[in-house]
Amino acid sequence: MKSAVITFPGSNCDRDMDVALKKFGFKNKMVWHGDIELPKSDIVVLPGGFSYGDYLRCGSMASKSKIMKAVLNFANTGGMVIGICNGFQILVETGLVPGALLRNKYLEFICKNVFVKINNKQNTYFKNIENDILELHIAHNEGNYFCTSDQLKEIQDNQQIALNYCSQNGEVEKKFNPNGSINNIAGVFNKKKNVLGMMPHPERMIDLSLSGEDGSLFFNNLINNIK
Amino acid sequence: MIVNEKIAIDHGLNNQEYKKICELLKRTPNLTELGIFSAMWNEHCSYKSSRLHLKKLPTKGKQVIQGPGENAGVVDIGDGDAIVFKIESHNHPSFIEPYQGAATGVGGIMRDVFTMGARPIANLNSIHFGSTQNKKTKNLLRGVVHGIGGYGNCIGVPTIAGQTSFDSSYNGNILVNAMTLGLVKKNKIFYSKATGINKPVIYVGSKTGRDGIHGASMASASFDEKIEDKKPTVQVGDPFTEKLLLEACLELMSGDSIIAIQDMGAAGLTSSSIEMASKGNLGIEINLNKVPTRETNMTPYEIMLSESQERMLIVLESGKEEIAKNIFHKWNLDFAVIGKTNNSKKIELFFNNEKVSDIPINILVENAPMYDRKWKKAKLPKKNKIKKINQKDMNIIDVLKKILSNPNICSKEWIWQQYDHTVMGDTIQKPGGDSGVVRVHGTQKAIAASVDSSAVYCWAHPLTGGKQVVCESFRNLISVGAKPIAITNCLNFGSPEKEENMGEFVECVQGIAEASKYLKFPVVSGNVSFYNQTKDIGIKPTPSIGGVGLIKDYTKMVTMDLKEIGNIVLVIGKTEGHIDQSIFARNILDEKNGPPPEVNLFNEKNNGETLLKLSDNGLIKSAHDISLGGIIVALSKMCIKGNKGIYLEKSKYLMNEIDYFFSEDQGRYLIEITKKDQEKVIDILNKNAVHFDKLGTVNEKYLYINDKTKVTIDELKTSNTSWLNKYMSK
Repeated sequence: MKSAVITFPGSNCDRDMDVALKKFGFKNKMVWHGDIELPKSDIVVLPGGFSYGDYLRCGSMASKSKIMKAVLNFANTGGMVIGICNGFQILVETGLVPGALLRNKYLEFICKNVFVKINNKQNTYFKNIENDILELHIAHNEGNYFCTSDQLKEIQDNQQIALNYCSQNGEVEKKFNPNGSINNIAGVFNKKKNVLGMMPHPERMIDLSLSGEDGSLFFNNLINNIK
Repeated sequence: MIVNEKIAIDHGLNNQEYKKICELLKRTPNLTELGIFSAMWNEHCSYKSSRLHLKKLPTKGKQVIQGPGENAGVVDIGDGDAIVFKIESHNHPSFIEPYQGAATGVGGIMRDVFTMGARPIANLNSIHFGSTQNKKTKNLLRGVVHGIGGYGNCIGVPTIAGQTSFDSSYNGNILVNAMTLGLVKKNKIFYSKATGINKPVIYVGSKTGRDGIHGASMASASFDEKIEDKKPTVQVGDPFTEKLLLEACLELMSGDSIIAIQDMGAAGLTSSSIEMASKGNLGIEINLNKVPTRETNMTPYEIMLSESQERMLIVLESGKEEIAKNIFHKWNLDFAVIGKTNNSKKIELFFNNEKVSDIPINILVENAPMYDRKWKKAKLPKKNKIKKINQKDMNIIDVLKKILSNPNICSKEWIWQQYDHTVMGDTIQKPGGDSGVVRVHGTQKAIAASVDSSAVYCWAHPLTGGKQVVCESFRNLISVGAKPIAITNCLNFGSPEKEENMGEFVECVQGIAEASKYLKFPVVSGNVSFYNQTKDIGIKPTPSIGGVGLIKDYTKMVTMDLKEIGNIVLVIGKTEGHIDQSIFARNILDEKNGPPPEVNLFNEKNNGETLLKLSDNGLIKSAHDISLGGIIVALSKMCIKGNKGIYLEKSKYLMNEIDYFFSEDQGRYLIEITKKDQEKVIDILNKNAVHFDKLGTVNEKYLYINDKTKVTIDELKTSNTSWLNKYMSK
């Protein structure tokens, strides 16, 4: 299975993603933001970081970068695109997934483990995954997902909400919401479910010596689904 | 403007120094030249008050590749790998403008490390604020934490450990010390020594602006009421540009284009160009019109003294300009050939076709002033006779809860949760433990690092305090199963012109030297920050020690959380009941006098080395060094982290419980072992003549002292974790 990770000048989780993808069997290629073509890939990953410094709205400059034309094209023709953290911010800026990511409610960067509930398994990302709840890691300053009430209704109706922050036992409640996101949303799909944006970092949870191993479940499942 | 004595004094030079400049030059310097002298001769750059004493520090060792004198120290960790590391202060800017001050502190220290060819793999910090009652403290803390996070998080280097303290002596002068570790191949280390003549000198990175002019001079002066006026001397950080600079420099370094490289830190273009030339015994000429500037009409004086961030100066091999230019342009960074090396042994600056500076380099460097300042030896305070009656009526649990929620003991999660501590995917011990630990990417090895300071002990008796802080660093590494390699130190003190403050410095350095020599734990880099005071009052002497150690097999790393019910906890090292200067004495009894606990270097070394044997053999299930708060606080933290309790054995000790639990005797650890291993462990301890006591057995959820004295771990956790959150949300 082939993957491609886009490196923007301020990406800083690109290597971690490369390590993770390779660990679970992907043949991964790194792609420079200034390139105009994607290598032949089964999945394209927009990694975490600070793409172009993010002094303007996070991800907004990256959404206009050269390579993103190819990524948009790829996504619009049904290709799998996943954006993690800054990658999610870029996806909302391109409009590939709905909504916006605001600054965290308590105005502070948060780096910690969280639990997320998988809300929809009828897609290539989460099909066949045994767990309903994953322990993943977040590290962001702008992860407070927001959308209008119309949009919210629409993404609910289309089952586009991928992940919700929850307790260890899966209760989706305010007190388990780390950043103030609407309805505890941690990740959303596009309508066709081939594009996924999520704040948590599965690539930081691929080894028991790190924060945990639930990221391994995610990647293992992903590659099996793509095969 | 014609330079005179008054202008020299305004630049922070004194009469004699100005006179010396005129004599050495055999003329009056012009304003640009005076600026250069003031930048090179201030305390921050010249170490004029400290140089004499720093010579006492042991700087060599089997694993030391590079000691002090370069951008950072380098140690060998085997297999062709080396660790580059250093700690540096950014105190004064952080007090004036906490966000930018702290952010650029982090940026500066990371540049010191990647200048040497190393990719930064971990950041640490030691930050000290005024009393929690002080009006400014909260904002300063928030600003500093945001600044450290804002910079480090953006670059994508994990912040893995740190230290935070509160003390009224920092009310008018906080401390922000930032430390970075980088990983490099031993044969790809870059140095700042220029060699060869007619080699192009290139400028890369951000453009030069008017920010930070005289930053280094500010760092060498004490604060007064006009402190707000100094805001323009604080540099402004741009972590995104630093990330680009990091990647571009490492890309260029993978080839063979660079002869020497130096980041533009304190005193910017001045000190970087002069240091490179001085180390190579060369001259350097620079055309200042070629320097990329951010603002119009900048004068030579401003260009030379700007401390704009994210800039590097490189001496290239001739003919490599195109290769280098392409790399920097790929990363959207400025690149300019601004001069060349020559054999004049002078720094010659040109601007609008005029020579604006012409100074022999040796008079700037070798002839820089060096002072043997007067200093006062500190007496060892007499021991207090602490009234036993006071202690009798005390409820241990209440005291314990109070201490666990003390600002200097409580959990600092509110702080470190704002730092990305897991990026790079190799952090195997997060903040909140004895040391942070990161794997050496793709290997079985891991590097442990911690940062410590014990200002209260240093204040009570500088010599003992200096020794103690090195020992604590040693213990923090041992506690995670790492073999200590070397240290970096950041020496934060008051005015060297005051005998008491200078005495504190001299004796702390003496203490650091003695301990690091004995423990074979050499000092490979560091920095001195004097004039940490407001008006006439110096801070408590605060040497910060950054320790680095190696774990050969990261699966053998030890953490402090209690692991399994039924396991046994031992106290390693002897408890003598030293209460003076403890958290208990200072905060519960309100007794601020007395000597700090004694340091026995033999015991420190022997206990530490023996524990390493145990952890190498997988016999230690969890461990924690005993420091502030004594046995019971260390134990509580192990319980809280492991979410387990402990049943303490009936005491056999020859002192009252309060003394036993809260004393801060040195050289001690708590370790958890299994019942099965007990005999083996005790045998090893006995063979190595290490004193130990059996403390208790791990249980489900109580800290159980006796039938009447017990508390749930949840309650202790609440005491420990809630204070800082509450304080910051008020």
